[in-house]
Amino acid sequence: MNKGEIVGGLLAPHPPHIVYGENHWRNEPKSECGWEVLRWGYERARKHFLAKKPDVLLVHSPHWQTVIGHHFLGLPEFHGLSVDPIFPNLFRFQYDLKVDVELAELIAEEGRNDGLNTKMMCNPNFRVDYGTIVSCHMMNPEWDIPIVGISSNNSPYYFSNEMGQAQMVKLGQATRRAIEKSGRRAILLASNTLSHRHFTTEPDIPEDMSREHVYEHSGYLWDMQVLDLMRSGRTKELIAILPEFMDHAVSEVKAGSLAWMLSALNFPDYAGEVYGYWTVIGTGNAVVGWDPQLREKAVSQVVTAN
Amino acid sequence: MNPQSTIHNSQLIKAYLVPGQPHILLAPDQNEGWAKLKYAYEAIGREIAQSGAELMLVYSTQWFSVIGHLFQVDPKPKWTLVDQNWYELGEIPYEFRVDPEFGKLYAGLCKEHGMQAATVAYHGFPIDTGTVVALKLLNPDNAIPASIVSCNIYAEREETRALGFAARAAIEAYGKKTVVVLVTNLSNRYEVADIDPAHDRISSQKDDEWNRKILEMLGEGRLEDVAQVARDFGREANADMGFKAIWWLGAVMGEHNKYDGKVWEYQPVWGTGCGIVELTPNERKQIDWEKEFDEGPVPTFAATSGTGLETHNVLAESPDVHRESEMSSQSDVIRTERAPKPVGPYPHARRVGNFLFLSGIGPRKPVTGEIPGPNDIEVQTRACIENIRAVLEDAGSSLEKVLDVTVYLTDMKRDFDRFNKVYAEYFGKIQPTRTTVGVDSLPTPISVELKVIASV
Repeated sequence: MNKGEIVGGLLAPHPPHIVYGENHWRNEPKSECGWEVLRWGYERARKHFLAKKPDVLLVHSPHWQTVIGHHFLGLPEFHGLSVDPIFPNLFRFQYDLKVDVELAELIAEEGRNDGLNTKMMCNPNFRVDYGTIVSCHMMNPEWDIPIVGISSNNSPYYFSNEMGQAQMVKLGQATRRAIEKSGRRAILLASNTLSHRHFTTEPDIPEDMSREHVYEHSGYLWDMQVLDLMRSGRTKELIAILPEFMDHAVSEVKAGSLAWMLSALNFPDYAGEVYGYWTVIGTGNAVVGWDPQLREKAVSQVVTAN
Repeated sequence: MNPQSTIHNSQLIKAYLVPGQPHILLAPDQNEGWAKLKYAYEAIGREIAQSGAELMLVYSTQWFSVIGHLFQVDPKPKWTLVDQNWYELGEIPYEFRVDPEFGKLYAGLCKEHGMQAATVAYHGFPIDTGTVVALKLLNPDNAIPASIVSCNIYAEREETRALGFAARAAIEAYGKKTVVVLVTNLSNRYEVADIDPAHDRISSQKDDEWNRKILEMLGEGRLEDVAQVARDFGREANADMGFKAIWWLGAVMGEHNKYDGKVWEYQPVWGTGCGIVELTPNERKQIDWEKEFDEGPVPTFAATSGTGLETHNVLAESPDVHRESEMSSQSDVIRTERAPKPVGPYPHARRVGNFLFLSGIGPRKPVTGEIPGPNDIEVQTRACIENIRAVLEDAGSSLEKVLDVTVYLTDMKRDFDRFNKVYAEYFGKIQPTRTTVGVDSLPTPISVELKVIASV
């Protein structure tokens, strides 16, 4: 078996609004339009990354919140109806997904070996959270690639941002090792928004884009600082300021998805491609992709130049 | 006077604070404390079933909303719940009976008052674990229709209270006997690793001490006192959603301490504090301490005269603030069933600022209107003053706060000395100012009537 590899990592936010804006047949509510910059960003990202023919998509979602450690979808398939408890008017989605249980078990085992609590969720009636579904759907609307679904551990909410992040870095390393052992070509999806202060009212027409803007200037400044670090390949600096970002911009990266992905990617020192940034009910959302091949290219150019 | 202490809302029977942990429903055999919580749940379920309740209003901290508040109006929500954390304990199939009309009324009142509110009636909508556990244990046969409202995770005190005031107004308008169920943990720090359920305990001594203090106050019926320390409790013991649920409950039931409280059970569930508490309004309750002056801002749920919706506008309690609006609102009108019915179109009392102005009150018995001791001035004076005491207490005042008395006697020559003797028993130490007037007659054949001004 070949050594597995991570062929891409994406910041893949999950507001249900973007699926609502898509008018996909799986989602019952219908819209006129909405959040195109993000939707088109996803389109370009999937064109680039699905061309790599991944075997599996791994998604870490803030909306499957677990108290005891890190949980993994543990059955080969799940199907059902996902109704967003926050925006049921926008998201009532029929899902039918396949799970790479073998890889999930490998990651759980690697995590356990590193001292993390891990569990396999094996109840067929379990309802998969909408964060997982939105990120996966936007990345692969055909749903023809199995996924690994990973929960978001609540430790940063009980203890501290730093403690939560330290766990996610460990989980990322365990994920990387497991992928390498599995022989899979994997894409990672970190299902996080950036700044997360949002409006508490909704327009009568939810897709009324004249009402859409960032909640506050300071949140925007934070988002731009974070995106600048991503675009310039300075992810070690980024990870160092994430705890501050969580506090100052109430960022959803507190849930750990971004730290997990960056850790699994071994903290890229190459540029992340920003495919799109826009707001959803005032929160900052960006689709950003890291392609490890870009680093390989850069290294080979350096070698050639020498 | 706190307008919530008026007794318009006889539809509100009781309130219960319960935890929403699935362990209680699904795994009582794994821990003695979880089993005790289940027994207590079932006992209050039986109590509710016998109470004549026609509606069960549920507010659960586990139903998060972020865009205002949501109201469940699907008449028969049905699903099989698998909790995202505790799926290993098993599944909870449910089919509930919801009263959609009440939910629509409640949401409508919120909207009328500028709050963001939406009803929910979608197949497969995920009812939260806390609500499911509470309804399964309290109302297993769906004998009483439920109404369920969400907990906005960003709502601060004023918005949460406003939501509660709207609930109270909706209950008044709906006219059905209602029990209120608050689904919330106390301290909310979980054990974050697997534990032996048999050895479950509160996550820290500090959290345990906080829980016990809160339960002690609730056991004494001091709902408003608990509401006022909720922020501290939230900060110090990581109380569930900052214990904001108690603000909602206070606004629904009345922001005061006149309750009979009963703590049915207190146990840990996976490190968190879980209490089961019953609160019964008791307008006659004697309390030793006045409520502290409220710390919070005025609710955004604005009072509007004529709608029957009342806010507890704390600033209006100062005689110098909002006097005009206080005068024009209905919130200052006091009526009580503990005093004889007025014989004309007037209330028992009205409040302006910190003053209570009572109508002339005679000795007739409450409810029956019977006149005690015909022509017996001593009996009638006592009855008269006891009626006044009832009005004052229901308005948040007391005999000790009487400032001025006007006395009307129909036979001054015959009754003055004996009247004075009884009067001195009650007011000798209080020393209100007094005017005594002889009159030809009073509207009913009584010998004495008193008109009182008091402070609150």
